Amino acid sequence: MPVAAPDSRPVTSAAVPGPERPPKLALIGNPNSGKTSLFNQLTGLNQKVGNFPGVTVDRKTGLAPLGGARRAEVIDLPGTYSLYPKSLDERVIADLLYDPTSADYPDFVVVTVDASNLRRGLLLFTQLADLGLPAVLGLNMTDVAAERGISIDVPALERELQVPVVPLNARKGTGLAALRIVLADRLAVAPTRRFWEIPASLRPLVQQVRARFGLHNDYLALHYAHQFRQLHFLSEADRTDLARLTEQAGFDSTARQAEETVARYARLNEVLLDVVTVTRTERQEPASNKIDKVLTHRVFGYLIFLAILFLLFQAIFAWAQYPMDWIDQGISALSGAIQARFSGPLVRLLTEGVIAGLGGVLIFIPQIALLFAFLAVLEESGYMARVTFLMDKLMRPFGLSGKSVVPLISGLACAVPAIMGARTIESWKDRMLTIFVTPLMSCSARIPVYTVLVALVVPDESWLGLFNMRGLVLMGLYLLGTASALLSAWALKVVLKARERSYFIMEFPVYRWPRWKNVGLTIVEKVKAFVWQAGKVIVAISVLLWVLASYGPGQRQAQAEAAVQRQAAAQRWPAPETERRVASARLETSYAGTFGHLIEPAIRPLGFDWKIGIALLTSFAAREVFVGTMSTIYSVGQDADLGTVQQKLANEKDTQGHPFFTPRRALSLLVFYVFAMQCMSTLATTYRETKSWRWPLGQLVYMTGLAYLASLLVWQVF
Amino acid sequence: MALFRRSSAAAPAPPAARTANDLQPGETATVCCLNDPDMALKLLDMGCIPGTRVKLVGRAPLGDPLMLTLGDEGYTLSLRVSEARTIQLKA
Repeated sequence: MPVAAPDSRPVTSAAVPGPERPPKLALIGNPNSGKTSLFNQLTGLNQKVGNFPGVTVDRKTGLAPLGGARRAEVIDLPGTYSLYPKSLDERVIADLLYDPTSADYPDFVVVTVDASNLRRGLLLFTQLADLGLPAVLGLNMTDVAAERGISIDVPALERELQVPVVPLNARKGTGLAALRIVLADRLAVAPTRRFWEIPASLRPLVQQVRARFGLHNDYLALHYAHQFRQLHFLSEADRTDLARLTEQAGFDSTARQAEETVARYARLNEVLLDVVTVTRTERQEPASNKIDKVLTHRVFGYLIFLAILFLLFQAIFAWAQYPMDWIDQGISALSGAIQARFSGPLVRLLTEGVIAGLGGVLIFIPQIALLFAFLAVLEESGYMARVTFLMDKLMRPFGLSGKSVVPLISGLACAVPAIMGARTIESWKDRMLTIFVTPLMSCSARIPVYTVLVALVVPDESWLGLFNMRGLVLMGLYLLGTASALLSAWALKVVLKARERSYFIMEFPVYRWPRWKNVGLTIVEKVKAFVWQAGKVIVAISVLLWVLASYGPGQRQAQAEAAVQRQAAAQRWPAPETERRVASARLETSYAGTFGHLIEPAIRPLGFDWKIGIALLTSFAAREVFVGTMSTIYSVGQDADLGTVQQKLANEKDTQGHPFFTPRRALSLLVFYVFAMQCMSTLATTYRETKSWRWPLGQLVYMTGLAYLASLLVWQVF
Repeated sequence: MALFRRSSAAAPAPPAARTANDLQPGETATVCCLNDPDMALKLLDMGCIPGTRVKLVGRAPLGDPLMLTLGDEGYTLSLRVSEARTIQLKA
């Protein structure tokens, strides 16, 4: 419970003794008011990204040098239009500003406002001022305001608001020196002026709340009455008390909020009367509107969006391949170099377990970096809002919104960055639906599996002399994945209850050139988040899978190996052939092999045998491992000159001597790979993004169940 | 203060009342009141208060959502048809 002496404001809370503690300042402002640009300008690379307790809202903090040895600790709060939260993200602000005992409680706030939208930005400022928080006003985007013929009398604004006002262009960095001086000298003052008087009818309730919690401010007490159900720091007893008090007073939160907002706007009209002058130079249509005529056109709008998607796809599929190959080769070279010099089980654990797992993490970096470079540019330029606008109606029948489009399509390349990209979706329900179904989109890791199996059973012929059969089947697999993603979202939307009312209302930002610094910082931040957080889980599971595939119960592995060696000696196999057969025998008798035999009864109805069972287990690490595992297992009993995996699979015979991989069996396996959740990186990312094991477990059970049923259908019906 | 009407979902505004969804592209009108209390709070926060001038800039190719310009600052909002229907206009 927050405790403060009745008449002292916790302006500089002396929680940590000593004068060296840098002051804490919180950045707060409307979305699109240039808050993030200002944060990047103030802190540069000294940023730390974490999460606010209990929610997946990015908590960005950084140290801002203010000249000399003086520094300030800056925290970037989610963009909001008012202190009454409308989304889960915005609740973070209330938890932070209403609890003076919280670790992040700021010494003062910097409110960024868009100078071309001054009135709306100042609504938030007046609320903060009425809370008595020391504040500085950062008057941002003065260039846009000037373009629109809006001139602002800064000294007059300072007089009216009674806090320092610093004109800024955060994107270019102008005005920052002035802001640093204001911050360093701690010129932020608690405004003495109040912008809204609490109506007399609410006073008794406000006094009761103030007395009950020992609050220093009337307006804060009123916010307790409005928001107590959502304030995390209040105890159960506190909430019961507040529920009783508000009920006794007949307090109608919605109506009182609406009245307050209208009264504040009326007050702001007076404040701005002598501050803002608009010189109407027969306004020509803003450039943004002209661009919108093309980019949201009923034909060109979609064509341009398709072209951008194509480029995005090209980048993640093709361009990312080069750095991915380098990483792959680098990791193999490292493992090879270590294995050439040392040997023993520990070295194998290091190379085949840890380093291979690490490779599985690092390999994603190029795709993540490229996708987020694209997303950051689209977001920064203002185009993303238009994509949402174009696609919203198409996505709504499935319970998704226009904002789900980009993550879903990125999922065709790789679900990991795609799920991370779903953070742009504000509505909790839309975001969870998007995250949940994204892995059903056929990602690039499925390509090797698809191509091997399709080439195995589908003839390389054309249909109607036009379409290549293999291409058609491949396209069908992609369509199957996409359709299942949309239908799953549609089914899930019925089950999932919304935690909040979701709004589509959003501001259309004006088009602007992206700032490369912001783009660069986004990439660094996302890559770091993936490597550190998802990476831990991936390496751990890689090591586990390595142990399962390398060791077996009892002496069976040693016996199997000895048997192969005897056979080799008797039949004079060349060394590579022996090695292959030993590897295959060891895998068969390992825990993984035992597991394959164990689950064979379960997967037999799908047309799979124990060998495919092993491949299913090992491809849980990553789907592409399927090809390698199949190659190892099917080396048994074949000619020395093995050729490709495809040939090996084609040569495999069933008990009657017919080819094992019939079209029916291959199709069953293909369908399984379309649906099955076989990617621990995705599960780890889902866990990171949802902060709960329920979601990744749900994905695992649902997708694997779907895969099983679909394969069963294929094998039993055809 | 009759800021917004407390109308239940079952009884929407009478069909005679024009809403922001009835505007023609390029047409301007004045906000009279907001029919949905919860939606009203969000709209008010964003500056869509009774008395504000709104202009329908255009609609998405499939007719939904739509783009509204608000007030003299001339900033643009995008909102769904269901949301625009809660903005009642002065006759």
